[in-house]
Amino acid sequence: MLTAITGAIESGIIYAIMALGVYLSFRILDFPDLTVDGSFVTGAAVAATLIVSGVHPLVATCLALFVGFIAGCMTGLLHTMGKINSLLSGILMMIALYSINLRIMGRSNVPLLNQETIFTNVQEWGTKIGLEPAVAKTWGILLSMTLLVLLFKWFTDWFLQTEIGLAIRATGDNPRMIRSFSANTNLLIVLGLGLSNAMVAFSGALIAQYGAFADVGMGIGMIIIGLASVIIGEAIFGTKTIARATFAVIGGAIIYRIVVSLALRAQFLETGDVKLITACIVILALVVPQMVRHQREKKYKEEKRRERAQAFVAAAAERGEGDVAVKRNL
Amino acid sequence: MWLLLPKGVKGMLQLKGIYKIFHEGTPDEKIALQNINLTLQKGDFVTIIGSNGAGKSTLMNLISGVLFPDEGTISINGQDVTMMPEYVRSRYIGRVFQDPMAGTAPNMTIEENLAMAYARRQKRTLRRGVTKKRRDDFREALSTLHLGLENRLQTKVGLLSGGERQALSLLMATFTEPDILLLDEHTAALDPARAELVTHLTKEIVARYQLTTLMVTHHMQQAIDLGNRLIMMDKGQIILEVDEHEKKSLTVEKLLAEFRRIRGEQLASDRAVLS
Repeated sequence: MLTAITGAIESGIIYAIMALGVYLSFRILDFPDLTVDGSFVTGAAVAATLIVSGVHPLVATCLALFVGFIAGCMTGLLHTMGKINSLLSGILMMIALYSINLRIMGRSNVPLLNQETIFTNVQEWGTKIGLEPAVAKTWGILLSMTLLVLLFKWFTDWFLQTEIGLAIRATGDNPRMIRSFSANTNLLIVLGLGLSNAMVAFSGALIAQYGAFADVGMGIGMIIIGLASVIIGEAIFGTKTIARATFAVIGGAIIYRIVVSLALRAQFLETGDVKLITACIVILALVVPQMVRHQREKKYKEEKRRERAQAFVAAAAERGEGDVAVKRNL
Repeated sequence: MWLLLPKGVKGMLQLKGIYKIFHEGTPDEKIALQNINLTLQKGDFVTIIGSNGAGKSTLMNLISGVLFPDEGTISINGQDVTMMPEYVRSRYIGRVFQDPMAGTAPNMTIEENLAMAYARRQKRTLRRGVTKKRRDDFREALSTLHLGLENRLQTKVGLLSGGERQALSLLMATFTEPDILLLDEHTAALDPARAELVTHLTKEIVARYQLTTLMVTHHMQQAIDLGNRLIMMDKGQIILEVDEHEKKSLTVEKLLAEFRRIRGEQLASDRAVLS
């Protein structure tokens, strides 16, 4: 149980970087970017292939980030220059990336067992300062990944407060307005999607090293996982400021992992059911708030109606019973 | 002859022989503007009136670069901007739309909105949008609206009323002192009291910064009260120009009579226009 939770928190923190990317495209730019499914794998593929061929894991991970940035920019260009619908340009890029990922890896699966990765590096440093290997592994990963995700959070918070960042936020909020304030919305969309997918690919590169393999199918449904993290986080932690919202997204990603790992402990569920569970979580998170709002509104209207009816009866009584009696007879 | 004149005399905004045709070559073809010639000198405040479909909004969109003319040239301060994209051109142009929701970003705070307007003049960089120094400037600028917004810098703009949002839009469009200010029926969607307030603010701000302004309105009295020149449009043409001198003695009745004389017909919606 405890190991399951620790594992969920560890991977949750790594997936949180991907969720931050989804937050950037989905919430800030208001762009449902399906590229994520492809660029996550691209990050993993680039990192794994480079590591296997002997490149230092840190360099490999950073290159994955860069390649993700390019992939995101391509989606942005399809949408802005090619004037293709936002959903469709993401799907097109996702499909294109599937083949590209296969090309990068040369086969559908690249194992990283017994390879030097960022995580083995962290473990080494841990043992060097005198920790036991197991402790160094768990706490090393947890600590280093927490620092890393906080770095990304800090970057996002900072970036969205700069002049360019403000313009990107306005592009998602009111594009017509920001164009009238001399901002090139096309360029901002390309830049925003680039940054978003850079984070996604970085996260993919880390997950590949964490799980010790890169697989061409590992990105399926990634956008929904990202979305689930964003929605859960926002619902629990709120979105009052940007710093709060990015914190919420990280929290959401971790909670999502914990929920899934707990759900999988149920006897009748299998590992393959994860995506179904995810879909259900997102559907619930989208539908329930609507239903609650609708119910609340209905109740309020009902109350108001009753009040009005009472007021009417009272007024009628004041005017004299006669009127009411006549009306009733009709 | 005009070649011999010094640059400044050519005017802040100059439109020459503008044509715009929508859906050309289809059964829906519509000539939106034909042969529009108009020059605004620095500091001119021109009001434009005309019935629906007269081409007023198309004219605004051409000047701001949302649309491009089929023929003719547009220049701002002597520079040809005819085909310059909107995001480049808007460095020189402040604009307030009819819809109070259109000119501000609802999910961002008042100070962030102002910071975006502030950043229009130079290239946007990775400098912080809202700095302490700027916040003081914003507070000072907001206080000129007399709406108490200077105490609500961190309020999201979506929580403001339509009138407050329009006043903020007006401030954002003007406080960087653009070369040209375009007002596109910016009081039409407000209730009378708020429309009055925004009209008053417009007058004050245009006078303070000496802005070269072009204002479209449906409201004849407003068109007469504001500005130093007035033009009337109909069916894509400028049919009447009233200069500074004539405008002083202008009344709604005179305008309507003038329209009848030119067009030989009743203004399509006298009552609507008078309201």
